[in-house]
Amino acid sequence: MCQPKQIAVDDPRFLELDTFLKKLQGEKGIAMIALQKAQQLFGYLPLEVHKHISAFTGISVAELYGVSSFYSQFLLEAEGKHRISVCMGTACYVKGSQKVLDKLCELLNIKVGEVSSDGLFSITAARCIGCCGLAPVIMIDEEVYANIVDLNELEQILDSYRSKEAAAVTVSVASADNKGEAEDLA
Amino acid sequence: MRQTKTRNKIHSVPFSSGTEAMKGELKLELEEKVPLVNLTINGQEVTCPESWNLIMAARKAGYEIPSLCYLREINENSSCRVCLVEVARKKGEAFRMVTACSTKAAEGMVVITNSTRVRKTVRLNLELIKANHNSDCLSCIRNDNCEFQRLCAMYGVQTSRFTGAVREAEIDDLSWSIVRDPSKCILCGRCVNTCKAVQGIGVLEFSKRGFETTVGPAFGYSMKDVNCLYCGQCIEACPVGALHEKDQIEDVLKEIENPDKFVIVQTAPAVRAALGEEFGYPIGTAVTGKMVAALRRLGFDRVYDTNFAADLTIMEEATELISRLKNNERLPLLTSCSPGWVRYCELYYPEFLENISSCKSPQQMMGAVIKSYYAERVGVDPNSIVSVSIMPCTSKKTEANRPEMEVDGLRDVDYSLTTRELSRMIRQSGLQFQELADEEADSILGDYTGAGVIFGTSGGVMEAALRTAADVLTGDDLEDFEYSEVRGMEGIKEATILLPIDGQEIELKVAVASSAANAAKVLDAVKSGEKKYHFIEVMACPGGCIHGGGQPYVPARERIFLDPRPARAKALYDEDLAQNERKSYKNSDVQELYKRFFGEPNSERAHKYLHTHYGQREAYPLKEDDSSL
Repeated sequence: MCQPKQIAVDDPRFLELDTFLKKLQGEKGIAMIALQKAQQLFGYLPLEVHKHISAFTGISVAELYGVSSFYSQFLLEAEGKHRISVCMGTACYVKGSQKVLDKLCELLNIKVGEVSSDGLFSITAARCIGCCGLAPVIMIDEEVYANIVDLNELEQILDSYRSKEAAAVTVSVASADNKGEAEDLA
Repeated sequence: MRQTKTRNKIHSVPFSSGTEAMKGELKLELEEKVPLVNLTINGQEVTCPESWNLIMAARKAGYEIPSLCYLREINENSSCRVCLVEVARKKGEAFRMVTACSTKAAEGMVVITNSTRVRKTVRLNLELIKANHNSDCLSCIRNDNCEFQRLCAMYGVQTSRFTGAVREAEIDDLSWSIVRDPSKCILCGRCVNTCKAVQGIGVLEFSKRGFETTVGPAFGYSMKDVNCLYCGQCIEACPVGALHEKDQIEDVLKEIENPDKFVIVQTAPAVRAALGEEFGYPIGTAVTGKMVAALRRLGFDRVYDTNFAADLTIMEEATELISRLKNNERLPLLTSCSPGWVRYCELYYPEFLENISSCKSPQQMMGAVIKSYYAERVGVDPNSIVSVSIMPCTSKKTEANRPEMEVDGLRDVDYSLTTRELSRMIRQSGLQFQELADEEADSILGDYTGAGVIFGTSGGVMEAALRTAADVLTGDDLEDFEYSEVRGMEGIKEATILLPIDGQEIELKVAVASSAANAAKVLDAVKSGEKKYHFIEVMACPGGCIHGGGQPYVPARERIFLDPRPARAKALYDEDLAQNERKSYKNSDVQELYKRFFGEPNSERAHKYLHTHYGQREAYPLKEDDSSL
């Protein structure tokens, strides 16, 4: 269940990044564009991605990090598989979204901006997500959960993602086993 | 005899100049050809080149404009706001406050640098910087020579109106060479741009933003684990105590006071050319004799000169060069004296590692000889010997601690101190340096030739090697052995030396590069096949060891008008001229050393003690994933 923290050197996404970087060769001020592309591919920008871009472009790791740590659009750490956004807009706040946020943090044992130990969830405090009539709301990925008045609902919501994930893992293990058998046969 | 015509300097200019640190002295006298402008500064008429900024122009009028972030031609980002002045573009126009570092002098301009408005604003800005600066000056390594402290005193910053949160700062003292203390950092960017523009590396950079802005390597890494050469040019650039050498004075003094230890010190050539600056001598005064006397009074049991080992290095390296030339293998030969350069090659150009001479640097050779040949000859237990070096260099500290730099379990060099550390040791001992009578280094490892002395400046190792190699190759004692082609402060120098060997004229193509950025240009040209050389000298610091990262500070306000390097280099070339022998192979102590111990250069025994190996290095190693489940 653990989320791999390091990206393998032979990850195919590096090849895609290289193809993109090749097109930029010789141009100036490419740090920002390179980092944006990398984030699009990897979801976040760990050290190994910085090192890869640095080796390819000749821009020092420290200079790239200067850019990536300056702009809030860049994520330096992996997000959970599911991003929980708790709306802290005025309407939701009045309706008790702070309690919702606190409860989620307690349930997952993490703070805002961190990833749960199973790698499944990360929490962000969002500004108004535009459905004040449903306050207080949270979003998990693209799914909106409205009127969270009973905090006990939260546990159930999280559980529904956990069980989906468990099922997916079982399937993939099963298919891996099949693959193993297929290789054995070959 | 080599003929004069064989000394043609090649004037090809293959390398774009880029940012050259400290291009040369900026003369206060005016040259005729540059376009000039007339302006008024504090009521005085001034004429200066139109390329000058107001800091320079005011200096000509006799006024200092304070500045912190301005480092001429290296850091001109006007971030500190301390050089504010009042300017009217024309007489009668309203005055505006502008930063003098980024405002060029212009015809008819009226400038006021010391009005009450200016003084109050500058003081305010100094106070604001101080509000987030660890002002524990009394226990700061830069106490007494800090540029910020000086300005606060000058502008009478006596109040602390702005108190509150300060940056949390973690001191990084994990490398052997450099300590980074972000609590002192004033975010001026001088180190950032020195590392980036002069060295072409970029170890240090601004990261995060606003109140959390810090200068350092990426991802909170220690300078120990990144692409740093430890050249210390960032230290030379830092106006405050945010970057400094790792001080080991107390460790050395403890060894000196231990009666069971026999403490031997060696001093590098460039140290004598700059140490005097710390004691009030003008830049370029060689203080060899006083330095030796001071070291003896400090309690060192023997005082030797790294110049001796420089001669020894030449014996080994010239032999290596000749053998590679004869076998036409692993050319060009690259020098190995500069540990910053060696580290640069290991990090950035591993494909050239087998071209680097296997010779240890003079510092390490000296240490190895002290604990073997010397110990044996005078009958001292090598385990009781403590080997100390005084170097113009911070990278030497890391070199001395490379695991392979030992023979039979004995470390070549136990402690490597910088010129600045030596000056502090002398001051703390109460010695009156100026009053010391000159003394000479101890014998059996103290003799040196002029060739050994010039190691301390860019081109010196090349010239020293050529003096010996040319004689060996031609079988002659050549009289024309000064290679002015490789002297001087240009970042890249090239020459073709024609040597008459067996009736034929053989061409020897050489290049000299100083600063990592210039080394990269030369190596890239070799790699692409654009250039072919037999021998390349590389020094990591611009100008060589005389401007090493362990040398006395030259404040930024003086660096506007003064390049300390030519004067320091001249001190070494003068000492070269004063020596009886100026070719390394004529060093009698070195000859004795070969006769009694090593046999001949590049012998098996010489390899055991005097040679080493290199390996590719990785910056920013990924840390173990300790958070996985």
